Amino acid sequence: MSREDTFHPFARVLHWLMAIAILAMLFIGAGMVSTLSTKHTWLLAIHKPLGITIFVLALIRLGFRLTHPAPPLPADLPVWQKLAAHGSHVMLYALMIAMPLIGWGMLSAGDYPVTLGAGIRLPQILPANPALFAWLREAHRYLAWLFFLTFLAHMGAALMHGLIRRDGVLRSMTGGRQLD
Amino acid sequence: MTGPSAHPHTRTVWRWALIGLIVAAVAAAFAYVGGWLAPKRVTPARVIDAMQANAGVYPGFRRNHAKGICVTGRFESSGALADATTADLFATGRSTPVVGRLAIPGGNPYAPDNSIPIRSFALRFDLADGEQWRTGMNAMPVFPVSTPLAFFEQQLATHPDPATGKPDPAKVKAFFAGHPETAAFLAWFKSAKPSASYVTETYRSINAFYLRDAAGQRHAVRWQVVPEQPPAGDGGTAAGDPDLLAADLAKRLGEGPLRWHLQMIFAAPDDPVDDATKAWPSDRRTVDAGTIVIDRMEAQAEGPCRDVNYDPTILPRGMEVSNDPLLAARSAAYAISYLRRTSEEGHLPGTQRAKEPQR
Repeated sequence: MSREDTFHPFARVLHWLMAIAILAMLFIGAGMVSTLSTKHTWLLAIHKPLGITIFVLALIRLGFRLTHPAPPLPADLPVWQKLAAHGSHVMLYALMIAMPLIGWGMLSAGDYPVTLGAGIRLPQILPANPALFAWLREAHRYLAWLFFLTFLAHMGAALMHGLIRRDGVLRSMTGGRQLD
Repeated sequence: MTGPSAHPHTRTVWRWALIGLIVAAVAAAFAYVGGWLAPKRVTPARVIDAMQANAGVYPGFRRNHAKGICVTGRFESSGALADATTADLFATGRSTPVVGRLAIPGGNPYAPDNSIPIRSFALRFDLADGEQWRTGMNAMPVFPVSTPLAFFEQQLATHPDPATGKPDPAKVKAFFAGHPETAAFLAWFKSAKPSASYVTETYRSINAFYLRDAAGQRHAVRWQVVPEQPPAGDGGTAAGDPDLLAADLAKRLGEGPLRWHLQMIFAAPDDPVDDATKAWPSDRRTVDAGTIVIDRMEAQAEGPCRDVNYDPTILPRGMEVSNDPLLAARSAAYAISYLRRTSEEGHLPGTQRAKEPQR
């Protein structure tokens, strides 16, 4: 396994940490808006600080990715799959950064205090405005759907590389040996 | 993993099936959590839907307590509560601006004031450090039900019959018979009269909360705001003018600021802190935390309370929610109401236009 065909260990650690965090975040978000139980309160209390954590990690990860290019995709991969791979990665990065910002902006526009727990409060990043709140709140919902669907495609494609093509693409992120 | 056959083609089919299964399982888990696979789950949106079905839809207005007036002023802390909570607004001599709203329950913003014997007072305290405390209080001793599910069932049971415009008495009776926890509320409600003024009412948090002191100890409390204004001796109950509460408020504010005392009531060890249908005995330790001074009113269409969601779980450090299940449900349901009315205000696609002029 050469250094050229796997991601940098730091990139792999970030990827898997964020994979857990983002998947948890999507489930927490979907759950907290659909329940009347006390889960609503504590899920919301996790959602906000976890969102900001993802935002910070995403910026670090973007910086690292721009300075440490990903291993090349297999030369025999069909062009449409290469385009889909690049497109979905751009989408995932965009959503990792945009979703927390939209959430933060939405709370600001709704004139809510942006509290993260433990006495930490973030400044408002947008003026209080009900129409802006409503647009951002709906964007947060539909982009979460898009995020989840992109995640499913990403996971399905990774499994396809690992189980069907067995071309080392999945291994480039897992490290270790090819799944078989 | 292997398929049942060593044939490479069969093995590939099995591997594709496995991938499909994993993707479908994750998607199904997400759909379940989001409630799409559980259509019977009572979600915050369904609670608001039920309230809209009962009261009608008035675009741009709150789905409950739709008729109200914005008021502003300040909270002047006495300092007497400073030992029990670290929340900055209770420091001695602290003055904190408040944006409030006086209202009547129900989803109809044009309902006559005497249609219901309950008045409500919501307050947002804007603390100096940017934190907020939001509370929505009602002038009644207890809540009818203790759980969000019972509240939802109450909405369904009191749905007006299209033929008569009134709830079906049999359904209403069956609901209350099946919910004995409503007895205390019903006993009060039977003799309750619609007051002719907002300013002579005592408003209560009804739900319990915790205060957290500097030593980290928490104290279960409820609060009430008690008027300095003497009870109405002249007017009596609300009658005649459907908007007499607004007229009364304007008249009284013309004579000077209005004052309420914010009293914190401390639970005894065995008092229920998670059941809003149960009043605490009246001899509980009560601390006068300070004075709410209201000196200005504005119509809600243009007033500063219009775009405030008085979510009672928005609390500053030093104050925390209790396990009362109604609190989380209020937070979740108010969020739906807030999104719907701000969407209508913002003319988002698919929303109904707010009627002009708003009141």
